[in-house]
Amino acid sequence: MTVILVSALTLGLLGLIFGLVLSYAGKKFSVPVDERIEKVRACLGGANCGACGFPGCDGFAAAVVKGEAPVNGCAPAGESGAKKIAEIMGVTAETGERMVARVLCQGSAGIAKERYLYDGYKSCMVASGIAGGPKQCRFSCIGLGDCMAHCAFGAIQMKNGLCVIDEDLCRACGECVKACPRGVIKLLPQRQKHIVRCRNSDVAREARKVCMHACMGCGLCKKNCSAEAITVENGFARIDPEKCIGCGKCASVCPSKAITDSLTHDQIS
Amino acid sequence: MLNLLLFMVSCVITNNFIFSRFLGCCPFLGVSNKVETAVSMGIAVTFVMTLASLITYIVYHFVLLPLSLSFMQTIAFILVIAALVQFVEMFLKKASPSLYSALGIYLPLITTNCAVLGVATLNVNNDYNLLYSVLNGCFGGIGFLLAITLMAGVRERLESSKIPECMKGFPISLVTAGLMAMAFMGFNGLVK
Repeated sequence: MTVILVSALTLGLLGLIFGLVLSYAGKKFSVPVDERIEKVRACLGGANCGACGFPGCDGFAAAVVKGEAPVNGCAPAGESGAKKIAEIMGVTAETGERMVARVLCQGSAGIAKERYLYDGYKSCMVASGIAGGPKQCRFSCIGLGDCMAHCAFGAIQMKNGLCVIDEDLCRACGECVKACPRGVIKLLPQRQKHIVRCRNSDVAREARKVCMHACMGCGLCKKNCSAEAITVENGFARIDPEKCIGCGKCASVCPSKAITDSLTHDQIS
Repeated sequence: MLNLLLFMVSCVITNNFIFSRFLGCCPFLGVSNKVETAVSMGIAVTFVMTLASLITYIVYHFVLLPLSLSFMQTIAFILVIAALVQFVEMFLKKASPSLYSALGIYLPLITTNCAVLGVATLNVNNDYNLLYSVLNGCFGGIGFLLAITLMAGVRERLESSKIPECMKGFPISLVTAGLMAMAFMGFNGLVK
Protein backbone atom coordinates (compact mmCIF):
# COMPACT_ATOMS: atom_id res chain seq x y z
CA MET A 1 0.00 0.00 0.00
CA THR A 2 2.69 2.47 0.98
CA VAL A 3 4.65 1.60 -2.17
CA ILE A 4 1.70 2.53 -4.32
CA LEU A 5 1.16 5.73 -2.39
CA VAL A 6 4.83 6.71 -2.48
CA SER A 7 5.18 5.97 -6.19
CA ALA A 8 2.01 7.86 -7.08
CA LEU A 9 3.09 10.80 -4.95
CA THR A 10 6.60 10.83 -6.41
CA LEU A 11 5.35 10.75 -9.95
CA GLY A 12 2.74 13.39 -9.15
CA LEU A 13 5.39 15.61 -7.59
CA LEU A 14 7.74 15.11 -10.50
CA GLY A 15 4.91 16.00 -12.88
CA LEU A 16 4.06 19.05 -10.79
CA ILE A 17 7.67 20.24 -10.80
CA PHE A 18 7.97 19.80 -14.55
CA GLY A 19 4.63 21.48 -15.03
CA LEU A 20 5.69 24.46 -12.95
CA VAL A 21 8.99 24.72 -14.80
CA LEU A 22 7.14 24.56 -18.11
CA SER A 23 4.56 27.13 -17.13
CA TYR A 24 7.34 29.45 -15.97
CA ALA A 25 9.22 28.81 -19.19
CA GLY A 26 6.04 29.44 -21.16
CA LYS A 27 5.85 32.91 -19.69
CA LYS A 28 9.56 33.59 -19.77
CA PHE A 29 10.03 32.45 -23.37
CA SER A 30 6.72 33.60 -24.74
CA VAL A 31 7.14 35.10 -28.17
CA PRO A 32 4.69 37.89 -28.85
CA VAL A 33 3.02 37.01 -32.13
CA ASP A 34 1.72 40.00 -34.01
CA GLU A 35 -1.98 39.26 -34.43
CA ARG A 36 -2.01 41.28 -37.61
CA ILE A 37 -0.03 38.50 -39.34
CA GLU A 38 -2.98 36.14 -38.89
CA LYS A 39 -5.43 38.75 -40.14
CA VAL A 40 -3.34 39.62 -43.20
CA ARG A 41 -2.87 35.93 -43.92
CA ALA A 42 -6.65 35.49 -44.03
CA CYS A 43 -6.97 38.14 -46.77
CA LEU A 44 -4.49 36.53 -49.15
CA GLY A 45 -5.16 34.29 -52.10
CA GLY A 46 -3.97 31.25 -50.20
CA ALA A 47 -2.52 29.47 -53.21
CA ASN A 48 1.10 29.68 -51.98
CA CYS A 49 1.90 30.58 -55.58
CA GLY A 50 5.03 32.57 -54.72
CA ALA A 51 4.23 35.31 -57.23
CA CYS A 52 4.96 37.91 -54.53
CA GLY A 53 8.54 36.69 -54.15
CA PHE A 54 8.15 35.52 -50.54
CA PRO A 55 8.15 31.92 -49.33
CA GLY A 56 4.44 31.21 -49.41
CA CYS A 57 1.49 33.16 -48.05
CA ASP A 58 2.77 33.02 -44.44
CA GLY A 59 6.07 34.55 -45.49
CA PHE A 60 4.29 37.33 -47.35
CA ALA A 61 1.95 38.07 -44.44
CA ALA A 62 4.91 38.33 -42.04
CA ALA A 63 6.73 40.61 -44.49
CA VAL A 64 3.71 42.88 -44.87
CA VAL A 65 3.42 43.32 -41.11
CA LYS A 66 7.14 44.06 -40.88
CA GLY A 67 6.69 46.63 -43.62
CA GLU A 68 8.97 44.83 -46.02
CA ALA A 69 6.28 44.03 -48.55
CA PRO A 70 3.70 46.29 -50.17
CA VAL A 71 0.09 45.75 -49.10
CA ASN A 72 -0.91 45.18 -52.71
CA GLY A 73 1.90 42.67 -53.32
CA CYS A 74 -0.43 39.67 -53.45
CA ALA A 75 -1.72 39.38 -56.99
CA PRO A 76 -4.23 36.59 -56.23
CA ALA A 77 -5.83 38.64 -53.42
CA GLY A 78 -6.63 41.33 -55.95
CA GLU A 79 -7.84 44.83 -55.30
CA SER A 80 -10.34 43.89 -52.62
CA GLY A 81 -7.69 41.88 -50.75
CA ALA A 82 -5.22 44.76 -50.93
CA LYS A 83 -7.85 47.09 -49.48
CA LYS A 84 -8.55 44.75 -46.58
CA ILE A 85 -4.84 44.36 -45.85
CA ALA A 86 -4.39 48.11 -46.02
CA GLU A 87 -7.19 48.51 -43.46
CA ILE A 88 -5.46 46.08 -41.10
CA MET A 89 -2.15 47.84 -41.53
CA GLY A 90 -3.73 51.29 -41.28
CA VAL A 91 -2.42 52.57 -44.58
CA THR A 92 -4.13 53.43 -47.82
CA ALA A 93 -3.69 50.88 -50.56
CA GLU A 94 -2.25 51.99 -53.83
CA THR A 95 -3.98 49.43 -55.90
CA GLY A 96 -2.07 48.56 -58.99
CA GLU A 97 -3.71 47.97 -62.29
CA ARG A 98 -5.72 44.76 -62.36
CA MET A 99 -3.91 42.31 -64.59
CA VAL A 100 -5.31 39.17 -66.16
CA ALA A 101 -3.66 36.36 -68.06
CA ARG A 102 -4.43 36.46 -71.78
CA VAL A 103 -3.93 33.72 -74.31
CA LEU A 104 -2.07 35.06 -77.32
CA CYS A 105 -3.32 32.44 -79.75
CA GLN A 106 -6.55 31.69 -81.53
CA GLY A 107 -5.39 28.47 -83.12
CA SER A 108 -8.24 26.21 -82.05
CA ALA A 109 -9.05 23.04 -83.94
CA GLY A 110 -10.03 23.91 -87.50
CA ILE A 111 -8.35 27.33 -87.35
CA ALA A 112 -4.72 26.26 -86.98
CA LYS A 113 -3.62 23.38 -89.19
CA GLU A 114 -2.56 20.18 -87.55
CA ARG A 115 0.79 18.59 -88.16
CA TYR A 116 -0.13 15.15 -86.86
CA LEU A 117 -2.66 13.49 -84.62
CA TYR A 118 -1.24 13.47 -81.13
CA ASP A 119 -2.45 10.65 -78.94
CA GLY A 120 0.24 10.59 -76.27
CA TYR A 121 0.55 11.76 -72.68
CA LYS A 122 -1.67 14.77 -72.12
CA SER A 123 0.97 17.38 -71.52
CA CYS A 124 1.88 20.40 -73.62
CA MET A 125 5.47 20.08 -72.44
CA VAL A 126 5.71 16.55 -73.81
CA ALA A 127 3.80 17.21 -77.03
CA SER A 128 5.78 20.35 -77.83
CA GLY A 129 8.97 18.27 -77.87
CA ILE A 130 7.69 15.82 -80.48
CA ALA A 131 8.44 16.99 -84.02
CA GLY A 132 7.60 20.60 -83.17
CA GLY A 133 4.22 19.92 -81.62
CA PRO A 134 0.89 18.63 -82.96
CA LYS A 135 -0.02 21.94 -84.63
CA GLN A 136 1.90 23.24 -87.60
CA CYS A 137 2.37 26.66 -86.04
CA ARG A 138 5.36 26.56 -83.72
CA PHE A 139 4.03 29.53 -81.71
CA SER A 140 0.57 28.16 -81.07
CA CYS A 141 -1.21 27.03 -77.95
CA ILE A 142 -0.85 23.24 -77.84
CA GLY A 143 -4.11 22.83 -76.02
CA LEU A 144 -3.30 19.94 -73.70
CA GLY A 145 -3.80 21.94 -70.53
CA ASP A 146 -0.48 22.40 -68.72
CA CYS A 147 -1.75 25.85 -67.76
CA MET A 148 -5.06 24.45 -66.55
CA ALA A 149 -3.26 21.97 -64.32
CA HIS A 150 -1.22 24.79 -62.74
CA CYS A 151 -4.12 27.19 -62.20
CA ALA A 152 -5.03 27.22 -58.51
CA PHE A 153 -8.22 29.18 -59.11
CA GLY A 154 -9.93 27.10 -61.79
CA ALA A 155 -9.89 30.01 -64.21
CA ILE A 156 -8.63 28.05 -67.20
CA GLN A 157 -10.62 25.71 -69.39
CA MET A 158 -9.70 23.87 -72.54
CA LYS A 159 -12.08 24.49 -75.39
CA ASN A 160 -11.63 23.10 -78.85
CA GLY A 161 -7.87 22.62 -78.51
CA LEU A 162 -7.21 26.03 -76.99
CA CYS A 163 -7.02 27.28 -73.45
CA VAL A 164 -9.56 29.89 -72.45
CA ILE A 165 -9.05 32.01 -69.35
CA ASP A 166 -11.98 33.38 -67.40
CA GLU A 167 -10.91 36.92 -66.59
CA ASP A 168 -13.20 37.15 -63.58
CA LEU A 169 -11.64 34.11 -61.96
CA CYS A 170 -8.05 34.93 -63.00
CA ARG A 171 -5.96 36.34 -60.14
CA ALA A 172 -2.89 37.07 -62.25
CA CYS A 173 -0.55 34.92 -60.18
CA GLY A 174 1.42 34.03 -63.29
CA GLU A 175 1.58 30.27 -62.72
CA CYS A 176 0.10 29.56 -66.17
CA VAL A 177 2.63 31.89 -67.79
CA LYS A 178 5.40 29.81 -66.23
CA ALA A 179 3.71 26.51 -67.07
CA CYS A 180 3.21 27.16 -70.80
CA PRO A 181 6.10 25.68 -72.79
CA ARG A 182 5.30 27.96 -75.71
CA GLY A 183 5.01 31.24 -73.81
CA VAL A 184 1.55 31.79 -75.26
CA ILE A 185 0.07 33.28 -72.09
CA LYS A 186 0.89 36.79 -70.99
CA LEU A 187 -0.27 39.03 -68.15
CA LEU A 188 -1.95 42.13 -69.56
CA PRO A 189 -4.05 44.88 -67.98
CA GLN A 190 -7.69 43.91 -67.79
CA ARG A 191 -8.85 47.20 -69.28
CA GLN A 192 -6.94 46.54 -72.49
CA LYS A 193 -9.69 45.10 -74.61
CA HIS A 194 -7.93 44.84 -77.96
CA ILE A 195 -5.21 42.24 -78.12
CA VAL A 196 -3.11 40.84 -80.93
CA ARG A 197 -3.71 37.16 -80.33
CA CYS A 198 -0.78 35.84 -82.29
CA ARG A 199 2.96 35.70 -81.81
CA ASN A 200 3.93 34.08 -85.10
CA SER A 201 7.16 35.72 -86.23
CA ASP A 202 7.43 33.80 -89.50
CA VAL A 203 6.98 35.68 -92.77
CA ALA A 204 3.39 36.40 -93.75
CA ARG A 205 3.04 33.57 -96.27
CA GLU A 206 4.31 30.93 -93.85
CA ALA A 207 2.24 32.27 -90.98
CA ARG A 208 -0.96 32.38 -92.97
CA LYS A 209 -0.36 28.88 -94.34
CA VAL A 210 -0.53 27.32 -90.87
CA CYS A 211 -3.32 29.37 -89.27
CA MET A 212 -6.33 31.34 -90.42
CA HIS A 213 -5.96 33.87 -87.63
CA ALA A 214 -2.20 34.41 -87.85
CA CYS A 215 -0.80 37.91 -87.62
CA MET A 216 1.08 38.52 -90.84
CA GLY A 217 2.73 41.72 -89.75
CA CYS A 218 1.08 43.70 -92.58
CA GLY A 219 0.94 46.87 -90.52
CA LEU A 220 -2.61 47.80 -91.47
CA CYS A 221 -3.53 48.13 -87.81
CA LYS A 222 -0.53 50.38 -87.22
CA LYS A 223 -1.60 52.69 -90.05
CA ASN A 224 -5.14 52.91 -88.72
CA CYS A 225 -4.27 53.34 -85.06
CA SER A 226 -5.22 56.81 -83.89
CA ALA A 227 -3.14 56.61 -80.72
CA GLU A 228 0.10 55.29 -82.26
CA ALA A 229 -0.04 52.42 -79.83
CA ILE A 230 0.87 49.68 -82.29
CA THR A 231 4.32 48.53 -83.30
CA VAL A 232 5.14 45.78 -85.77
CA GLU A 233 8.30 43.89 -84.85
CA ASN A 234 9.57 40.41 -85.70
CA GLY A 235 6.69 39.90 -88.10
CA PHE A 236 3.80 40.46 -85.71
CA ALA A 237 2.00 43.45 -84.24
CA ARG A 238 2.01 44.54 -80.59
CA ILE A 239 -0.34 46.93 -78.86
CA ASP A 240 1.12 49.09 -76.12
CA PRO A 241 -1.42 48.90 -73.27
CA GLU A 242 -0.23 52.28 -71.94
CA LYS A 243 -1.15 54.07 -75.15
CA CYS A 244 -4.15 52.04 -76.30
CA ILE A 245 -7.38 54.04 -76.06
CA GLY A 246 -9.58 51.08 -76.91
CA CYS A 247 -11.13 52.52 -80.07
CA GLY A 248 -11.14 49.14 -81.77
CA LYS A 249 -10.13 50.33 -85.24
CA CYS A 250 -7.27 47.83 -85.36
CA ALA A 251 -9.60 44.89 -84.77
CA SER A 252 -11.94 46.00 -87.52
CA VAL A 253 -9.24 46.41 -90.15
CA CYS A 254 -7.20 43.28 -89.36
CA PRO A 255 -7.43 41.09 -92.47
CA SER A 256 -6.83 37.83 -90.63
CA LYS A 257 -8.80 38.69 -87.48
CA ALA A 258 -5.66 38.25 -85.41
CA ILE A 259 -6.71 41.23 -83.31
CA THR A 260 -9.79 40.70 -81.19
CA ASP A 261 -11.40 42.38 -78.30
CA SER A 262 -11.37 40.10 -75.33
CA LEU A 263 -15.14 39.70 -75.39
CA THR A 264 -15.47 38.34 -78.89
CA HIS A 265 -12.55 36.02 -78.26
CA ASP A 266 -14.41 34.27 -75.50
CA GLN A 267 -17.53 34.09 -77.65
CA ILE A 268 -15.59 32.48 -80.49
CA SER A 269 -14.28 29.79 -78.24
CA MET B 1 41.14 9.05 -21.89
CA LEU B 2 41.52 6.25 -24.42
CA ASN B 3 38.57 4.56 -22.77
CA LEU B 4 36.44 7.65 -23.32
CA LEU B 5 37.47 7.88 -26.96
CA LEU B 6 36.67 4.23 -27.56
CA PHE B 7 33.34 4.71 -25.82
CA MET B 8 32.43 7.59 -28.11
CA VAL B 9 33.37 5.64 -31.24
CA SER B 10 31.39 2.64 -30.07
CA CYS B 11 28.35 4.85 -29.44
CA VAL B 12 28.48 6.29 -32.94
CA ILE B 13 29.39 3.23 -34.95
CA THR B 14 29.42 -0.18 -33.30
CA ASN B 15 26.48 0.38 -30.98
CA ASN B 16 24.64 2.58 -33.45
CA PHE B 17 21.12 3.14 -32.16
CA ILE B 18 19.47 2.31 -35.44
CA PHE B 19 21.69 -0.28 -37.01
CA SER B 20 22.65 -2.39 -34.04
CA ARG B 21 20.06 -1.58 -31.36
CA PHE B 22 17.15 -1.04 -33.80
CA LEU B 23 15.80 1.89 -31.81
CA GLY B 24 14.29 4.95 -33.42
CA CYS B 25 13.37 3.17 -36.63
CA CYS B 26 10.17 5.18 -37.03
CA PRO B 27 11.75 8.57 -37.72
CA PHE B 28 14.60 6.78 -39.47
CA LEU B 29 12.13 5.62 -42.13
CA GLY B 30 9.65 8.44 -41.80
CA VAL B 31 11.81 11.52 -42.30
CA SER B 32 14.63 10.23 -44.46
CA ASN B 33 13.19 11.37 -47.77
CA LYS B 34 15.41 14.40 -48.06
CA VAL B 35 18.93 14.91 -46.72
CA GLU B 36 18.09 18.40 -45.51
CA THR B 37 15.20 17.39 -43.28
CA ALA B 38 17.06 14.26 -42.18
CA VAL B 39 19.96 16.36 -40.91
CA SER B 40 17.54 18.66 -39.06
CA MET B 41 15.89 15.67 -37.46
CA GLY B 42 19.25 14.15 -36.54
CA ILE B 43 20.45 17.33 -34.89
CA ALA B 44 17.21 17.69 -32.96
CA VAL B 45 17.42 14.09 -31.75
CA THR B 46 21.07 14.50 -30.72
CA PHE B 47 20.19 17.59 -28.76
CA VAL B 48 17.27 16.01 -26.96
CA MET B 49 19.10 12.74 -26.30
CA THR B 50 21.99 14.57 -24.65
CA LEU B 51 19.72 16.58 -22.40
CA ALA B 52 17.49 13.59 -21.69
CA SER B 53 20.44 11.46 -20.52
CA LEU B 54 21.51 14.24 -18.18
CA ILE B 55 18.10 14.80 -16.62
CA THR B 56 17.05 11.15 -16.46
CA TYR B 57 20.35 10.42 -14.68
CA ILE B 58 19.53 13.03 -12.08
CA VAL B 59 15.94 11.85 -11.70
CA TYR B 60 16.94 8.20 -11.45
CA HIS B 61 19.86 8.55 -9.07
CA PHE B 62 18.52 11.31 -6.84
CA VAL B 63 14.79 10.62 -6.82
CA LEU B 64 13.90 7.08 -7.85
CA LEU B 65 16.83 5.19 -6.26
CA PRO B 66 16.66 6.78 -2.78
CA LEU B 67 12.92 6.04 -2.69
CA SER B 68 13.60 2.53 -4.12
CA LEU B 69 11.16 3.18 -6.93
CA SER B 70 13.43 2.01 -9.74
CA PHE B 71 10.56 -0.07 -11.17
CA MET B 72 8.97 3.24 -12.18
CA GLN B 73 11.86 4.26 -14.39
CA THR B 74 10.02 3.86 -17.71
CA ILE B 75 7.05 6.03 -16.81
CA ALA B 76 9.22 8.59 -15.06
CA PHE B 77 11.54 8.80 -18.06
CA ILE B 78 8.63 9.32 -20.44
CA LEU B 79 7.44 12.15 -18.23
CA VAL B 80 10.92 13.68 -18.22
CA ILE B 81 11.33 13.40 -21.98
CA ALA B 82 7.92 14.85 -22.78
CA ALA B 83 8.49 17.83 -20.51
CA LEU B 84 12.01 18.28 -21.81
CA VAL B 85 10.96 18.33 -25.46
CA GLN B 86 8.28 20.85 -24.65
CA PHE B 87 10.80 23.00 -22.83
CA VAL B 88 13.32 22.79 -25.65
CA GLU B 89 10.62 23.78 -28.12
CA MET B 90 9.69 26.86 -26.11
CA PHE B 91 13.32 27.80 -25.65
CA LEU B 92 14.15 27.44 -29.34
CA LYS B 93 11.10 29.44 -30.37
CA LYS B 94 12.41 32.32 -28.31
CA ALA B 95 16.15 31.96 -28.78
CA SER B 96 16.44 30.86 -32.38
CA PRO B 97 13.28 31.17 -34.48
CA SER B 98 15.17 30.12 -37.61
CA LEU B 99 16.28 26.82 -36.05
CA TYR B 100 12.77 26.40 -34.64
CA SER B 101 11.15 26.70 -38.05
CA ALA B 102 13.86 24.50 -39.61
CA LEU B 103 13.12 21.69 -37.15
CA GLY B 104 9.40 22.30 -37.47
CA ILE B 105 7.24 19.29 -36.69
CA TYR B 106 10.22 17.02 -35.94
CA LEU B 107 10.82 18.56 -32.57
CA PRO B 108 7.51 17.50 -30.97
CA LEU B 109 7.80 14.16 -32.78
CA ILE B 110 10.91 13.35 -30.78
CA THR B 111 8.73 12.87 -27.71
CA THR B 112 7.71 9.53 -29.14
CA ASN B 113 11.15 8.59 -30.45
CA CYS B 114 12.14 5.36 -28.73
CA ALA B 115 15.84 6.11 -29.19
CA VAL B 116 15.48 8.82 -26.55
CA LEU B 117 13.76 6.55 -24.08
CA GLY B 118 16.23 3.84 -25.10
CA VAL B 119 19.27 5.89 -24.20
CA ALA B 120 17.83 6.71 -20.80
CA THR B 121 17.06 3.06 -20.06
CA LEU B 122 20.41 1.84 -21.38
CA ASN B 123 22.25 4.31 -19.17
CA VAL B 124 20.52 2.86 -16.15
CA ASN B 125 20.91 -0.77 -17.21
CA ASN B 126 24.63 -0.36 -17.89
CA ASP B 127 25.26 1.59 -14.67
CA TYR B 128 26.93 4.47 -16.49
CA ASN B 129 28.09 7.41 -14.41
CA LEU B 130 26.99 10.96 -15.24
CA LEU B 131 29.79 11.62 -17.76
CA TYR B 132 29.27 8.36 -19.58
CA SER B 133 25.50 8.83 -19.59
CA VAL B 134 25.73 12.24 -21.22
CA LEU B 135 28.36 11.01 -23.69
CA ASN B 136 26.17 8.02 -24.53
CA GLY B 137 23.27 10.37 -25.25
CA CYS B 138 25.31 12.83 -27.26
CA PHE B 139 27.25 10.35 -29.37
CA GLY B 140 24.32 8.00 -29.69
CA GLY B 141 22.48 10.97 -31.18
CA ILE B 142 25.38 11.63 -33.53
CA GLY B 143 25.18 7.99 -34.58
CA PHE B 144 21.48 8.50 -35.28
CA LEU B 145 22.33 11.62 -37.29
CA LEU B 146 24.90 9.66 -39.28
CA ALA B 147 22.51 6.81 -39.98
CA ILE B 148 19.55 8.96 -41.01
CA THR B 149 21.72 11.18 -43.21
CA LEU B 150 23.22 8.16 -44.99
CA MET B 151 19.78 6.68 -45.46
CA ALA B 152 18.40 9.96 -46.83
CA GLY B 153 21.29 10.17 -49.30
CA VAL B 154 20.58 6.66 -50.55
CA ARG B 155 16.85 7.30 -50.75
CA GLU B 156 17.33 10.52 -52.73
CA ARG B 157 19.21 8.47 -55.30
CA LEU B 158 16.60 5.72 -55.24
CA GLU B 159 14.00 8.34 -56.24
CA SER B 160 15.54 8.70 -59.67
CA SER B 161 16.56 5.12 -60.32
CA LYS B 162 14.67 2.33 -62.01
CA ILE B 163 13.03 0.15 -59.39
CA PRO B 164 10.63 -2.72 -60.08
CA GLU B 165 7.05 -1.61 -59.47
CA CYS B 166 6.47 -3.93 -56.51
CA MET B 167 9.60 -2.67 -54.73
CA LYS B 168 8.90 1.06 -55.05
CA GLY B 169 8.58 3.16 -51.92
CA PHE B 170 8.77 1.44 -48.57
CA PRO B 171 9.84 -2.07 -49.65
CA ILE B 172 13.07 -0.82 -51.18
CA SER B 173 13.62 1.49 -48.18
CA LEU B 174 13.32 -1.42 -45.77
CA VAL B 175 15.70 -3.52 -47.85
CA THR B 176 18.12 -0.60 -47.93
CA ALA B 177 17.91 -0.21 -44.16
CA GLY B 178 18.59 -3.92 -43.73
CA LEU B 179 21.61 -3.81 -46.00
CA MET B 180 22.95 -0.77 -44.17
CA ALA B 181 22.53 -2.53 -40.84
CA MET B 182 24.49 -5.48 -42.21
CA ALA B 183 27.23 -3.15 -43.39
CA PHE B 184 27.42 -1.62 -39.91
CA MET B 185 27.79 -5.10 -38.43
CA GLY B 186 31.22 -5.08 -40.06
CA PHE B 187 32.32 -2.60 -37.39
CA ASN B 188 31.50 -5.07 -34.63
CA GLY B 189 35.06 -6.09 -33.78
CA LEU B 190 36.25 -2.47 -33.73
CA VAL B 191 35.60 -1.81 -30.04
CA LYS B 192 35.43 -4.53 -27.49
